[in-house]
Amino acid sequence: MAENVLTNTGLRKSFGGLTVIDDVSFEVRRGSRTALIGPNGAGKTTIFNLLTGVYPIDAGKVVLDGVDITDTPSRDRVIHGMSRSFQNIRLMPHLSTIENVMLGQHARARTFGQLMFPLGLLTRNKWRDEAEAALYQAGIETYPGEVVSNLPYGVQKRIEVVRAMVSRPKLLLLDEPAAGLNEVETRQLQELLEQVSATGVTILVVEHDMHFVRNLCDHVVVLNFGQKIFEGTPDEVHRDPAVLEAYLGRGDSETLEDATNAS
Amino acid sequence: MSGYIEAQLVILCLSIIYAYGIFLPAASGQLNLGAAGFITLGAYASGWFNLSDGLGLPMYPSIILSMLFTGAVGFAISFPILRTRGVYMVLATFAFAEVVSGLTINMEFLGGAAGMPVDSHAPVEVLVGAAILVILFSFYFMSTRLGLALRSIHDDESVSVLFGVNVRLAKVVAFTVGGMLMGLGGAVYGHHYNYIEAQTFNVLLSIYILLYVLLGGTQTAWGPLAGALFFTIVPELIRQLAIEIGSDWLADSRFIFFGGFIVLMMVIRPEGVVTRTLQDRIAAALFGRRKKAAEPAE
Repeated sequence: MAENVLTNTGLRKSFGGLTVIDDVSFEVRRGSRTALIGPNGAGKTTIFNLLTGVYPIDAGKVVLDGVDITDTPSRDRVIHGMSRSFQNIRLMPHLSTIENVMLGQHARARTFGQLMFPLGLLTRNKWRDEAEAALYQAGIETYPGEVVSNLPYGVQKRIEVVRAMVSRPKLLLLDEPAAGLNEVETRQLQELLEQVSATGVTILVVEHDMHFVRNLCDHVVVLNFGQKIFEGTPDEVHRDPAVLEAYLGRGDSETLEDATNAS
Repeated sequence: MSGYIEAQLVILCLSIIYAYGIFLPAASGQLNLGAAGFITLGAYASGWFNLSDGLGLPMYPSIILSMLFTGAVGFAISFPILRTRGVYMVLATFAFAEVVSGLTINMEFLGGAAGMPVDSHAPVEVLVGAAILVILFSFYFMSTRLGLALRSIHDDESVSVLFGVNVRLAKVVAFTVGGMLMGLGGAVYGHHYNYIEAQTFNVLLSIYILLYVLLGGTQTAWGPLAGALFFTIVPELIRQLAIEIGSDWLADSRFIFFGGFIVLMMVIRPEGVVTRTLQDRIAAALFGRRKKAAEPAE
C-alpha cells in the first residue's frame, strides 16, 4: 500500500490565456486530514475539479492510491476511490434524503441485476438499510423520506458528506464544508468528519474558516494565484511570512486567523 | 359496458400507454415531441407483421415484434437526438416524427395515404391489460437504481456523473424503452380500430401526450397517469355537463375552458400536478406519520 493516497505532480491548467493552476505538486498522506487553503481565486476549487476530472488537465499527473487516474473519465474516478462534496450544496433537490444517499452507492452497483433492483419498491433491502444506517451514524435525525430541499442548510451539508461516504472512498474531497454554517452546525460537521477520519478515510478539505482547519486538519497546503506557496502543519502556516503576505498584503500583520475571520 | 364508456376507456388506455412512453425520458429531463412517430411505427409494424400480405403472424407476436422494432429505431436515433438539449431536442424529435409520417404516406405496400387495414382485432380488455402492464412496469422501472439515476440526471447531470452514473447509457435506455412503450400503444391502437392512417398520428397528438406528462408531473410515476386521466376525462365531463344543463354554448366552447384550465395549472403547479412533495404528503396521511431514521437492525 502506497504511503500517499494522492500524489499530484506538476498540475497545470489554463483557461484561454489565463493560467489558473501553475505547476502545483503536493501529496496527501494516507489517513491524514489535509487542508487546501488560499485567498479567493487561488485555484482551490479548480484543483478539486481537476482531481475529479470535471476539467481535463493540461499537464501533470494525478495518482490515486498507486493508480494513475490523470486520463480516467470523471465517472470512473469514484470507482477508484475518490468522492466529493460541493461548495454550494449539490444535493438532488427533488430526491429524498435516503434517495440522495443511495445515489452515492451508484458506483458500487456494477451489474445489470443491481441496476435493475427495485430499491424504491421494497422498504427493506440491503442498499436502503445501509443508507439509513449511514444517516443514523452521522447523527442526521430526520425523516429519510423527506425531500432534501425542505431541510435546513446545515443538515443538507452533512447529507452531502454521507452521500460521498457511501461510495466507500479512500479519499474524501470536501469543498468548503463549513461555509455558511453557524457554530453549532460547524461543530456537528466537525464531529462527523472526525468520525469519518477515524474509519481510515483520508480527507482533503478546501476551507476558509481557519479555526475549523486548525481544529480538524494535521497538514495544510497553501495556494496563491495558482501556485503552491507553502506546505506544513497548521501552526507553521500561521507564522509563514509568504502566507501572511498572500492573505494580508505586505506590512505589519497580526495572525492569519484574524485576517480570515475579518473577511 | 355502454359503447360510449368503452370508447372512452380505449382512448384512456391508449393515452396512458403513450404518456408513459414519453415519461421515461422526461424523468431524466429529455423532452420528446416525437410520440406520433413512434406510434406510427408501432401501429404500421404490428399491422404489417399481422397482415396476410405481410408476415401473416398472429396478433401477440406481431405486437411484441413491433415493440422491438420501435425500440430498435428509438435506440438508433437516440444517439444523434441525445446530443441536443432542451428546445433543440423538442425540435429534433418533432422532425423525426415528421420524417416517419412522410415516409409512411409514401410507402405503397403500407397503403400510402389511403391507410392500411389491420387483420386481427384487439378487444378493449387487451388494451386495459396493456395499460395496466405499462403502469406496473413504469413504477417498477422508476424504483430501480437506474430510475434513481434518471431522476438524478434530471436534477443535476454533472453531479450524477461524479457519482459514477453513465449518463449517456441511462438516457439511451430511457429513450429506447419509452419508444418501445409507444410502439406498443400504436400496435394495440391498430389492432383495436383495425384501420390505421398516418395522418391520425399528427403533431397535435405528440403535443397532447407531452402535455399529459408535463402537466401530470415528471417527478413521480404517478404524474403521467394523473395527466392522462385528467386530459381524457375532463373534456368529456364538461361535455356531459353541457348536455345536462342543455347549453349548446358550453358544448361548443368547452375547449376554451379546458385551455384556460391548462394555463391555470401551469401557473399554480408549474412542476406538474403530482410532485414528489405531494406524494409524500398523501403517503403520510394514508400510512401514518413519518418516522425518523431507523436504528440499524442488528
